[in-house]
Parts: sequence; structure tokens; C-alpha cells
Amino acid sequence: MPHIVCCVKQVPDPEAPASQFKVDEAAKKVLPIPGIQPVPSQFDTIAVEAALRIKDKVADTTITILTLGPDAYRDTVKHCLAMGADEGVHINDPALNEADHWATAEILAAAIKKLEPADLILCGRQAVDWDMGVVGSTLAEIMGLPIVTIAKDVQMEGGKVTVERVLLDGFETVEAPAPCVVTVSNELGDPRYPQLRQIMQAARKEVKGLTASDLGIDGAKNRVTLEALFVPETAVETEYIEADSLKEAGEKLAVRLREAKLI
Amino acid sequence: MPSGVLVFGEATEDGQLAPVTGELLGAAKSLGGPVTCVLLGAGVEGLAQRCASLGADKVIVVDDPLLKEYQGDAYVLIGERICKEADPSVVLFGQTMTGRDLAPRLAARLDTAVAMDCVELSLDGDKLQATRPCYGGSARARYSINRTPQIATLRAKVYDPPAPDESRQAEVVKQSADVGEDAIRARVVSRRKEEVEGVRLEDAPVVVSGGRGLGGPEGFKPLEELAEVLGGAVGATRAVCDMGWYPVAAQVGLTGKVVTPDLYIAVGISGASQHMAGISQVKNIVAINKDAEANIFQAARFGIVGDWKEVVPAFMEKVRELKTG
Ligand SMILES: Cc1cc2nc3c(=O)[nH]c(=O)nc-3n(C[C@H](O)[C@H](O)[C@H](O)COP(=O)(O)OP(=O)(O)OC[C@H]3O[C@@H](n4cnc5c(N)ncnc54)[C@H](O)[C@@H]3O)c2cc1C
Ligand SMILES: Nc1ncnc2c1ncn2[C@@H]1O[C@H](COP(=O)(O)O)[C@@H](O)[C@H]1O
Repeated sequence: MPHIVCCVKQVPDPEAPASQFKVDEAAKKVLPIPGIQPVPSQFDTIAVEAALRIKDKVADTTITILTLGPDAYRDTVKHCLAMGADEGVHINDPALNEADHWATAEILAAAIKKLEPADLILCGRQAVDWDMGVVGSTLAEIMGLPIVTIAKDVQMEGGKVTVERVLLDGFETVEAPAPCVVTVSNELGDPRYPQLRQIMQAARKEVKGLTASDLGIDGAKNRVTLEALFVPETAVETEYIEADSLKEAGEKLAVRLREAKLI
Repeated sequence: MPSGVLVFGEATEDGQLAPVTGELLGAAKSLGGPVTCVLLGAGVEGLAQRCASLGADKVIVVDDPLLKEYQGDAYVLIGERICKEADPSVVLFGQTMTGRDLAPRLAARLDTAVAMDCVELSLDGDKLQATRPCYGGSARARYSINRTPQIATLRAKVYDPPAPDESRQAEVVKQSADVGEDAIRARVVSRRKEEVEGVRLEDAPVVVSGGRGLGGPEGFKPLEELAEVLGGAVGATRAVCDMGWYPVAAQVGLTGKVVTPDLYIAVGISGASQHMAGISQVKNIVAINKDAEANIFQAARFGIVGDWKEVVPAFMEKVRELKTG
């Protein structure tokens, strides 16, 4: 019975209008946008999709959703269960709320060791908040497992994981023995959207809670300090090309670019 | 005491020193202290003098057919060994396919941390201050790392390479790879290139990019024609690559390529922060978009509000006329 663990987190909605994005510089925190709910981190639901495609082929596969975060993250676990995952595990402890990426990887690794042995651990290529892209690799190194990053396709068969990786100018196929860690990119395709019936089923499913003491951890061992968080100044003076018709505007643009020695 | 900066250089497929290496050496120089450049690959030994001319005081070369193409398991073992021997205070990578994969793994092996995709590096005493975009480019975060070495990856084209000085000499140290076949667990079995015709996107002086506003894959035809007239390359947003309108290799942005042309023409692109992350160094952006409120105008030096189908053909004709006239 193959077992896949998907690590997922919740993030502020990245599709929210840029103009509403604000930070509290003193607290070094991003301010929630009123009326806009946080969402599952996009690449993480794509990782769940990758797991579900494996389960579509090998029906007795079980998929565990694992998250580390405050109460609200429960919604993200429920969303992934509604997509079709089997189990949900939520590490939720105020002592761990300030964990940095390395502490997060250590905590996730400790939790994975408590679960049924995993054949495959899937992460997003990067979380859509800090855009760091390190937790998957760090997790693999801590657990001593092979890691393949930025996957557009993941297959698992007979103890072997075959991954198609996205390169800048092409693709490569990588084979790794299970268990291993794979980080997933958007080229894999859109994650499936839960049906109402699945949402209702997932609502009734239990999400297993874990605390620091369950994991034998006495707090987050952070390696980095966030020194500052700010919104960069970007505004540029725009010269709008106006004319009687758009055709003329197009011609005028060419002339202006010529004058500016840009063409 | 850890000291100095160690830079992981890269070679291009045709055996040249990759531009990012010069940029890394430029960043290292701005931090001060002795600079060591590491070159891993096959046929890279000849590039050591080039590294010296760009400011490296020492070059460590591991030239081995096994390293011809990036294999994470081999590279991380060698990287770990070199870092432990050299004991640098700071280690720098490019935010390339190699840097993205290798830097976090090496950080874990060395029991330290890495700031990914940095756009500004400085030293406060011995402490590296690493500034990087986050939240899809909407914010910037400055980090310090409480362990050594302090590792960072650098976004392309942010730092200038130092002016080459051919008379500069560096100590060149050759090492063997010394990695057993069995150390490689995740194995690359095949590679497939997505051929791009014409000018490479990363090197193009002009980039004409299209977004969902093109209305369909056929919208890229006139953009290709325009790029050809301008001697440039075609880029795309993730939205259109995801829909299969244009090859993934053309994607510009946070999860695509960083480009730095002299001129970037954005057609039917809304200017989401994740797209803008790929053109943050571009000074001359032209936006053609029918929505006057589109975010792309925030960053555009020239803008036309209107339907691209009316603007682009007239623009192209006039460009042709000006170029030949
Ligand atoms: C984690 C993450 C990473 C991402 N990475 C990237 C990335 O690397 N690169 C990237 O590009 N995106 C990326 N995105 C996606 C990004 O958020 C946007 O969704 C995407 O850039 C939008 O593409 P678009 O501008 O083509 O489409 P849209 O946002 O739909 O914009 C289309 C624009 O076309 C205009 N338009 C429509 N018709 C016409 C017409 N006839 N004439 C002129 N204008 C017209 C509209 O006014 C609109 O502004 C990422 C998103 C996430 C969450
Ligand atoms: N708090 C978390 N809980 C569960 N998984 C996480 C958490 N943080 C990061 N991850 C996983 O690690 C991936 C990379 O995250 P990051 O290194 O933060 O960009 C994410 O896409 C998730 O799959």
C-alpha cells in the first residue's frame, strides 16, 4: 500500500489586487486584506494533484496531508481532503508559530517519522508567501532522502519514482528510489477542484492534531532573522501615447521609441 | 574563523563562463575580502584565468566528465567538501537551475541557512544582510543568517561583473571529483531541449511579450514578426504558457526567466507582480493594454491604452519604415 505525504501550507491570496498589499514594517508582517480569505499555497495543491494522479492509477495508495501552522490552516487541510486525500495531520502549537524555513523542515521531518512510513513526500516548489523554495530540499537532507526539485510529472512504480523536471530550456527525466522527496511546479497542470459532495465528506473527516510535545520538540530552532520587511518603491512616470486613432498611436509610439534611441 | 567569500561559478553549454559568474564575482567584490571561485563541470579548467581576470583570488576547479551536466547528488557532496575545507564566511550561488537546487541542499548539509533569489547583499560587520523579493515581488525582506557560512543565491543581472583585468593572477587548485557512482541516488536518465529559434530570450536586446489579452495562440504570430523586425525575442506570461498558447521556455517572471533587454514590449499583459519579478531590472517597458487601470502601466515608461490588434500592426509598419528608411 503506497503512502504519499503532501506538505501544504496556507498563504494570503496571491491573486489579490497588488494595490491592496500592505505590510506592517514595525512588526515585519504582511497585513491581511479585509474580506479576502487566505488560500492553500498554489504549488502545494498542485503537489496534491500529483499525488492524486498516482492514486488514480494505484487505487490502494493513501495520501496524508501534513501542515504546520495556526488554526486557520485547518481550512487548507480540509480543502486537500476534499480534493481526494485520505488523512489530515495538523501540527498546531503556539510555540512553533514563529518557525523559520529550517525549523519548519525539522518539525515536518519529525512529524513524518511519526506517520506510517512514506514512499513519497511531495512539496510545492516554493511557498507562495516568502517564495523561498527551501523546505522540500531541507526536509530531504534532514531525513537523508533523495530529492528531485521542480517536477512537471511524477510517477511511482515498484519502488521507483520517475520525475520529469522543468529546466530553463527544456526538460529532464530523473529516476530516484522510493522513499524520496519531490517538489512540484505548475507545469504539472491545474489541481482538481473539489465537488460539493467531496467538500461535505471532508468536513466530517477528522484532522489529527499534533503539538510540539507530541513530536518531542521544545520550540523552533531558527537559523535566520528577518531584519526588515517593506514594499519597494516602483512607480515610474508613464508617457501615454495619445492620438485620434489607435493606429496613429501605434505609429507615434514607433517614432517616440526611435527618438529615445530604443529601436 | 570563517573568512572570505566563496562563489559557485557556472559554465554555459558551449563551454564559456556563464554571465552569472561575473555577476557573482562582482557581488563578492562589493562585500570585500578574499574571493574564491569554484568551478564544477567537464572541460571547465580553461575558464580559471577568466575567473581570475574578473576578480577571483583563488579558483578551485573540479573538472570531471561525471560533472558534465548538473547532478545534484554529486554536486552537493563536492560542494560540502569544498566549503568545509575553505571555511568561507559567505557562499554565493546564482539563482539558476543549479543554484535553486544545490544551495538549499548545501545549506542543510552545512547546518546553516540560505537566502534565495537576492537582489541586494551587504555586510554589517561580519553579518550578511540579504535582501530578497517575496510575496510574488510585492514586498522585500532583508534577512541575516545566524550561522556560517552565510549562503545566498543572487538573481540574474542585478550586479555588474567587474571589468576584466587580464593581468590579474589567481591561485588555481585542481581537485578530483572523488564521488563514487553509488553516491548518485537521483539519476538523470534523459534530457530534452525545447529549441528556441532566433535570439535567446536572456540575451535579447528587445523582448516582445504576450499575455492572455492576445486572445489565443495565433496572437503570438504578429508578436514573433515584430520581434524579428526588432532583432529581439518573444516572451510570455505564465497564464498563456499554462494554457499551452506558447512554450514554457518563453515564460518570463518569478517562476520563469529573468530578462534585461533595453526595451520590453508587453502586449495584453496585466502586470501581475509575479510577472514583473522577471523584468524588475528593465528600464524601458512599453505597455499596450486596453485596461487603463492595468498594473503594467505602473512600471511602463510608454503606454498605449487600447486594443493591441489595432495598435500592433500600425506600430510594426512604422518600425519597419524607420528601420529601412
Ligand atoms: C506563485 C505564482 C507564480 C507565478 N509566476 C509567474 C511567472 O513567472 N510569470 C508570469 O507571467 N506569471 C506568473 N504568475 C501568474 C500571475 O499571477 C498572473 O496570473 C499572470 O501573469 C497573468 O497573465 P496575463 O497578464 O497574461 O493575464 P491577465 O492577468 O488575464 O491579463 C490579461 C490582460 O490583457 C488585457 N487585454 C485583454 N484583451 C486585450 C486586447 N484586445 N488588447 C490589449 N489588452 C488586452 C487585459 O486588460 C488584461 O490586463 C504566478 C502566479 C503565482 C501565484
Ligand atoms: N508550514 C508548512 N507546513 C507544511 N508544509 C510546508 C510549510 N512550509 C513549507 N512547506 C512545504 O515546503 C514547500 C516549500 O516551501 P518554502 O521553502 O517555504 O518556499 C511548500 O510548497 C510546502 O510544500
